[in-house]
This record gives sequence, C-alpha cells and structure tokens, in this order.
Amino acid sequence: MKITLKVWRQKNGKDSGRFETYQLNHVSEDMSFLEMFDVLNEQLITENKEPVAFDHDCREGICGMCSMYINGRAHGPWEGTTTCQLHMRAFNDGDTIVVEPWRSAAFPVLKDLMVDRSAFDRIMAVGGFVSVNTGNAVDANSTLIPKEDADNAFSAAACIGCGACVATCKNSSAMLFVSAKVSQLALLPQGQVERKDRVRKMVAQMDAEGFGSCTNTGACEAECPKGISIANIARMNREYLGAAILPGN
Amino acid sequence: MTSPRLDAKIPGGNISEKWTQYKSTVALVNPANKRKLEIIVVGSGLAGSSAAATLAELGYKVKVFCFQDSARRAHSIAAQGGINAAKNYQNDGDSTYRLFYDTIKGGDYRAREANVHRLAEVSASIIDQCVAQGVPFAREYGGLLSNRSFGGTQVQRTFYAAGQTGQQLLLGAYSALMRQVGYGTVKMYARHEMLEVVTVDGKARGIIARNLVTGELERHFGHAVLLCTGGYGNVFFLSTNAMGSNVTAAWKAHKKGAFFGNPCFTQIHPTCIPVSGDHQSKLTLMSESLRNDGRIWVPKKAGDTRKPIDIPEDERDYYLERRYPAFGNLVPRDVASRAAKERCDAGFGVGASKMAVYLDYASAIERYGKVEANKQNLVNPDKATIIKLGKGIVAEKYGNLFEMYAKITGENPYETPMRIYPAVHYTMGGLWVDYNLMTTVEGLYALGEANFSDHGANRLGASALMQGLADGYFVIPYTIGAYLAKEIHTNPISLDHPAFTEAEQRVKGIIEKLINIKGNKSVDHFHKALGKIMWDQCGMARNAEGLKWAISEIRKLREEFWKDVRIPGGAMEVNPELEKACRVADFLELGELMCIDALNRNESCGGHFREEYQTEEGEALRDDDNFAYVAAWEFHEGYEWSLHKEDLVFENIKLTQRSYK
Ligand SMILES: Cc1cc2nc3c(=O)[nH]c(=O)nc-3n(C[C@H](O)[C@H](O)[C@H](O)COP(=O)(O)OP(=O)(O)OC[C@H]3O[C@@H](n4cnc5c(N)ncnc54)[C@H](O)[C@@H]3O)c2cc1C
Ligand code: SF4
Ligand code: FES
Repeated sequence: MKITLKVWRQKNGKDSGRFETYQLNHVSEDMSFLEMFDVLNEQLITENKEPVAFDHDCREGICGMCSMYINGRAHGPWEGTTTCQLHMRAFNDGDTIVVEPWRSAAFPVLKDLMVDRSAFDRIMAVGGFVSVNTGNAVDANSTLIPKEDADNAFSAAACIGCGACVATCKNSSAMLFVSAKVSQLALLPQGQVERKDRVRKMVAQMDAEGFGSCTNTGACEAECPKGISIANIARMNREYLGAAILPGN
Repeated sequence: MTSPRLDAKIPGGNISEKWTQYKSTVALVNPANKRKLEIIVVGSGLAGSSAAATLAELGYKVKVFCFQDSARRAHSIAAQGGINAAKNYQNDGDSTYRLFYDTIKGGDYRAREANVHRLAEVSASIIDQCVAQGVPFAREYGGLLSNRSFGGTQVQRTFYAAGQTGQQLLLGAYSALMRQVGYGTVKMYARHEMLEVVTVDGKARGIIARNLVTGELERHFGHAVLLCTGGYGNVFFLSTNAMGSNVTAAWKAHKKGAFFGNPCFTQIHPTCIPVSGDHQSKLTLMSESLRNDGRIWVPKKAGDTRKPIDIPEDERDYYLERRYPAFGNLVPRDVASRAAKERCDAGFGVGASKMAVYLDYASAIERYGKVEANKQNLVNPDKATIIKLGKGIVAEKYGNLFEMYAKITGENPYETPMRIYPAVHYTMGGLWVDYNLMTTVEGLYALGEANFSDHGANRLGASALMQGLADGYFVIPYTIGAYLAKEIHTNPISLDHPAFTEAEQRVKGIIEKLINIKGNKSVDHFHKALGKIMWDQCGMARNAEGLKWAISEIRKLREEFWKDVRIPGGAMEVNPELEKACRVADFLELGELMCIDALNRNESCGGHFREEYQTEEGEALRDDDNFAYVAAWEFHEGYEWSLHKEDLVFENIKLTQRSYK
C-alpha cells in the first residue's frame, strides 16, 4: 500500500514543533505500525535526514512504552490495542495518517513522539505499594482470597502505565491510571492497612503533578488498551471520600 | 581440572545444608555501616528491582539505572506463562529436591548443583513475598492459589497470573522499589544507559552512564556494582526479547576482566509466530502452555500446498507424537524446536515461507466441547454445538493468546491452525559468577538472566522468573555482606579519580568515533546481517565448518561496521540510532565469542546442538567425560579469548542420557 504520514517533529523540549509529511510507497499490511516507522526511519537515514524518535520496547503490548496519537486517537483505531500491536491492515491503500505525541502538560515532549511520563512513577512512589519488607511474608496460602476479588484485582493490575488515558482526556486527568492501582490494593486483604493513607497520598501527588480533574466523559476507558474499567474511578472516589472524612490509616 | 582463576566458593557440607549453614555464618554489616555503603544496581527487571528494594530496606544506599523511561518497563514485564516454586500446594509429590533435580536434568547436566539447590530452596519464599506485596496470582474458588503444569515436568508447581505473570511480578518488585525511592533510600536513574564499569585497584567502584535525554556522560561511584541487565538474545536481531535488550553492560564488564560463561548456550523457543517479511522487527512468543492442548503437525507430503483443513487426517504427520510417544507435544523446548526445524529443512514446512509448522486446536476444541456438553447434560448434541461449546472453553483458557495471534497474522486460530516456528528466546550463558553471584572482578556482581548460573544448557519454562527473584530478594542480600563487610573502611572514591576520567574518556571516544564515521549504512543493516549469520550458523544446529565461516564473516562485518555505519544526529541529544549503534558494536564482538564457544564444545547438550555429535536417531549426544564443565572465557585485547574451565561435580544427581521417547 501507499501511505502518507504526517508526523509531529520537535527537536527537543524547547522547540515549538511542526508536522512533516512523508510518503511511503511499499507498506505491507502484515507490518505493525511501528515496523512502518522502522521503514520510514530507514528511508530517512538513507536520505541523510534525522529519523523520527519514538518510545517502544517490548512490541508485544505489555511494557507500556509505545505511545502514539494516531488520527486523533491514542494508540490508533483498534480497540484494546497498543500502538505496537496495531497492524497496517487497519488502514487502506492511499490513506493519510496523522501521528502526534501524547499531549498533556504533565507529559512534556522530549523529542518528536517521545514524552516524559515520570510523573506516573512519582505517584507510585508515594503510595502505590504494600509496605512489606522482603522476608516478612507469611505463607502465601495462609490468607484466602475469594477468586472474584483476586480476579478483579488482577483486572485493575493489568494497567501498563502507558498514559493513553491522560492523552485522550480533554482535562488530561490521570484518574484511570491512579484508580487502577488504588483499586487493586483496596480489593486485596494485603492492601487494607494502608488503604486510606494510600489514596490520600496518591491523589495529592496526582494533583501536584498538574493532571486535570475528572469530568466523567469516559474517553479514557474507551481508549485504554488494557480495558481498565471506569468503575475503578468510582471506587477510588469512594475510597478518597472515606479517607477524607474518617481519620486514621 | 578447574582453573585456579575460577573459585566458585561453594560452601562445604551436605547439599541441603549448604545455604542454611552459609546464611548463619556469612559476615554481617552493622546498620550504621550499611548507611555508609553505596551500591549501584544496573537494571530494573525482576533481578534488579528486587535486589535494589531489598538492599535499600536493609539500609544500604542504592542507585538504580535502566534505559527505559520507567523501571516498570524492564523486559521481565513481557514474561507470560508463570513462575515455579516447590510449594507442593497440589500435594502431587513436589519437593525442593524434585525442583532441584528437574532443573539440573532439564539443563542437561551443565549447571552447578549448589546454586540450583539454593534456587529450589528459596523458591517457596518468593511466592510468599509476592503475595504479601499484592501480586494477584490466579486462585481457585476456595480462595487458594492455583497452579498449572509447564514444559516437561510431572508436577503442578507453576504459579501464574493469566498470561501476564511477568508483568504482575515485576509490578510487585517495582512497587517495592518505588516505595524505597519515595523514602529516599534509592535514587532512580531512568533513561540512563551504563556504558562502562569503573575499576580501581582491580575492584569495581562505579560506572559511566549516558543520560539518554541530554546525552551527558555521568560518573557514579559505588562500593559494589550489580549488573542485572538481562539476556543477549538480540544478538540474533530477531528474537522474542524487547527491542532494547542488549549485552552492553555485561560486555563492558567482560572487557574489564569479568569472564563470560557458556556464551553459546541459547534457548530457542518452539512456539513463536513465524517471520512474515523483511520488515520483521521482533518475534512474538506464543506461550508454551499452548502445547498442553494443541497438536503439532505438518503434511506427510513435502511441498503440499493444500489448505490445512483440506488435508485429511491420515495425510498429516504429528511428528512429535510419532517421535516421542511418551511426552508427545510436551517434550522440552530444545527437542521440540529441533524437530520443527528438521521437518521444515526436509521440505515439509507450511505457510508462504515454508518455515512453519501447524499448531492445531481443532481436536482440543472438539474434546472440550464434548466434555462441556456432558456437563450441561445435552443428549446427542450435534457437531456444531460441540464445536461452539469447545471454542468457548478454549477462549477461556487461551483467549488473549489467540487474540494476539489474530492481530499479528490476520488469521483466526479458532478456525484454522496457527503457524508457528522456533525463535530465539533466552540466553543461559552470561557472566560467570561464583556462589556469591560475584564475577571474576571483585565487587562486581551479576544477577538474573545476565549471569550464567542456574540453567545449564537449557532452561525449563517458568524458571527464569524464579531465578531473577531468588537472586534479588533472597540471595544477594546475604552474599553481598561477605564482600561489603570488608569494605566498611573504604571511603567514597572521588569522581575525579583518574579511573573515572579514563573510563569516561573511553566512552566518549567510542561515541565520537561512531558519530564521525558518517558512512552509508544504517545500524539496523549491520544488526540484521549479524543476526542472519548467527541464526544460520550458531542457531538451532551448529557444525564446525559453519562456525569457522561465521567467525570470519563476523570479523569482516565488524570491520565494515566501523567504516560504514551512518548515525544521524549528535551525541548531546536524544539519539536512538546512537543508542542502537553502541549496542550493536558490542553484539558484533559477542557474536564471535559465541561461535568460538560453540566450536570449542565438541558435544551436543541442551540447546547446543552440534550436528557432528548426535545419536543415530538424531538426538543430542553429550560427552560428560570431556565437557562436563563451564566454559568461562577471558577477554584479551585484539579480540583474543582464553578458556578457563570450571569442572562440574555432580555429587547428588547421577548423569544420564535425557530421553523423552
Ligand atoms: C516473551 C518472553 C516470555 C517469557 N516468559 C517467561 C515465563 O513465563 N517464565 C519465566 O520464568 N521466564 C520467562 N521469560 C524469561 C524471563 O522473562 C527473563 O529471563 C527475565 O525476566 C529476565 O529478568 P532480568 O531481571 O534478568 O532482566 P530484564 O527484565 O531483561 O531487565 C534488564 C534491565 O536492565 C536494564 N539494562 C540493560 N542494559 C542496560 C544498560 N547498559 N544500562 C542501563 N540499564 C540497562 C534494562 O533497562 C532493564 O531494566 C520470558 C521471556 C520472554 C522474552
Ligand atoms: S489505565 Fe489504561 S490507558 Fe491509562 S495508563 Fe493504564 S493501561 Fe494505559
Ligand atoms: S512497545 Fe511495549 S507496549 Fe508497545
């Protein structure tokens, strides 16, 4: 297929950035979206131009590193799919595809399609854990956990921290991401002791990082590649209210 | 005779008491001194995150480095199937000894007994620790943990979280790490790549790292340096590893005096999605668990172009079931991979490239359908109903894998058999380490896939996650004391020390040289060329002639690389091409050593198959009299290596020929 690409190019954080247009004449429908970028970059290198910088690593939909905003949608047109798993058979011969980085004040652009998502790490560092030192654990089967709770905790824990929810939200809210972790730990007995403290601290850090507030549009859930449910946000709001009203841990 | 340069420091005593004894006698560092001791951890995968978090909990000052934008994205995140532990929760006769035995045997008797036994001993604590962190393992309705069986073992000892076990374990370790980052006991350096080890008086004292955002070179001091930098499967260009996985950290250590153990021991995983074209950038694993229910076959007639569905049952060759009636489709990975290659080489392969075999779920769907129909009390259900019910069950068990296959290939695996082919997956070789996990450079340690230690010549499924976490949570926190207890009087070494200046200059020199070549070919061009040589000559089957040819080709390629590579952009900015070039430069050296090692090992064992050494039936032929040793290679300037041998002594397990017939 022939594909026209309009790609956001930005030298670094200070540069204001612009779209550049590229033409690719031999795109196979078996290529992944990132493999098409490999081909583009190979072409640019041959022409002595600078290749497009983009984040990626596992190319299996699990590390959360890839992050392209494709034709106005985070991770592109396929449901429940990361950029690296999107394949070119999703497009037609002659298509023009517009590719931008995640856009959010809390995710500054580093270069081209690469952004800085370290805000997510800082939110985790204030409370996204159970305080248990190595060696303190009791036998794993000494705490029974109903399968349903374990399954629900797992569904929330499936978040890959990609940031598509933020990129997609008109307010740049990080609620889906934060609520996924809060929910996972609130659903498990291990998370109970620090339950209130955790939600308070994580929400405070989220606000400090400059993420916007949630107005329940549901865009995040629709674009999340891992199907993280918006019900987690409702759960976090309950957790937060409970923690705000009642003192203690 | 074991080389005098390789003291494995294996404690004395009975195998089942060595570790206990060791723990109660190893030197301790008191809390006040721990605060003064700094440890550098390179890598944030299972090994690195677990080590860093635990060492910080103990009171050490820790710095962690990774090249991704967050510690949580280390390649461990991609592990699918599960993690082994000798818990015996299923009451099916598992024990520490059995896990120890299976791992030694699975590795084709090329691993060190004492290390493997320790691994089996600590395995149970790993599961306890992970559950305490909130890792959501799969559970039964009664609330207890669930287990599955995995590649070639006869007990159910594998713990899992759907097809995302690595993700959940890493997020657990990452949470422990971030907790310490929050406390200020760990300082995290994401988007940093280590490019040199700094040694002072023969001891590792720090690293040079490049900030991948600004391009600056940074100097970091540590009383000890831990390399937890993963495996080097990407030397083959195409592998199941993440794109950034590399050998650079281990290789720089190797060139600074750390011996490299068994570099040619590579695991080729039998069930991966085949290559679809020249654009291919990586290969995707289809979990080994699929072999529990799927049947593997090729047409009986070479070059058969009919659709799989049109090939009648009696014209199909279920070659694993034919060759290995006892284990059938569940033979270990090395055996299954070689058998697929044998069929394709003989002209029986399928798909456009003819380099694939079928993994067929039709009979599993029917079998499950019948069981389900029975459960639902359906009398004489028609075929369509059975198939529908069967598909539902298969979707429950393997849905996410089937979906992934469909996305990548555009084919529906519920309707037509999947096409699979072996791919490079894991490297058993790595930096040689002693019982303490220390390399041959004092103060320099290697953990996880980066060391050579526990898997011999072939790794069993679900044991790499176990090893990474064992090393990080439960081994290094003790063994590092043996060294650091002697270092309490060492003050931090100034970053202006000549050793730091010299190391930084060397890195700078390499980067400038690379950028100034301004040649005609991209980094990927060289990487792909290297990968092809390695795959053809040092892949699933090797022979002396091919390996010699490969060595000379790699040397030529390396020369060409240093004359003709083109790296756009500069050193002081985000520059992914430069990052790749630094890694490929090291792969071009490692590849040669892998071939040298494969050429030296005149036997077949585990994943190392030398065509000259096989039984009449085409099975691997080991030579225990001459090769029951670890090959540890020492680097010399001018790309010369000398071999040091560590004899493997089997006091507890009798060496036998592996048979899966
Ligand atoms: C697709 C797939 C599925 C798998 N499934 C299973 C399974 O089900 N069960 C199982 O037991 N095993 C499995 N494995 C194997 C297992 O996942 C790995 O062996 C293991 O996770 C390696 O962990 P690690 O901590 O040693 O290294 P990694 O997780 O690879 O981490 C390496 C770290 O080092 C860093 N790093 C590397 N080089 C540098 C450098 N120069 N400077 C700075 N940082 C650097 C990286 O940033 C990263 O943080 C699988 C492997 C693959 C590829
Ligand atoms: S909630 Fe979904 S979209 Fe947001 S970071 Fe997690 S996986 Fe990505
Ligand atoms: S590259 Fe890892 S999720 Fe896309």
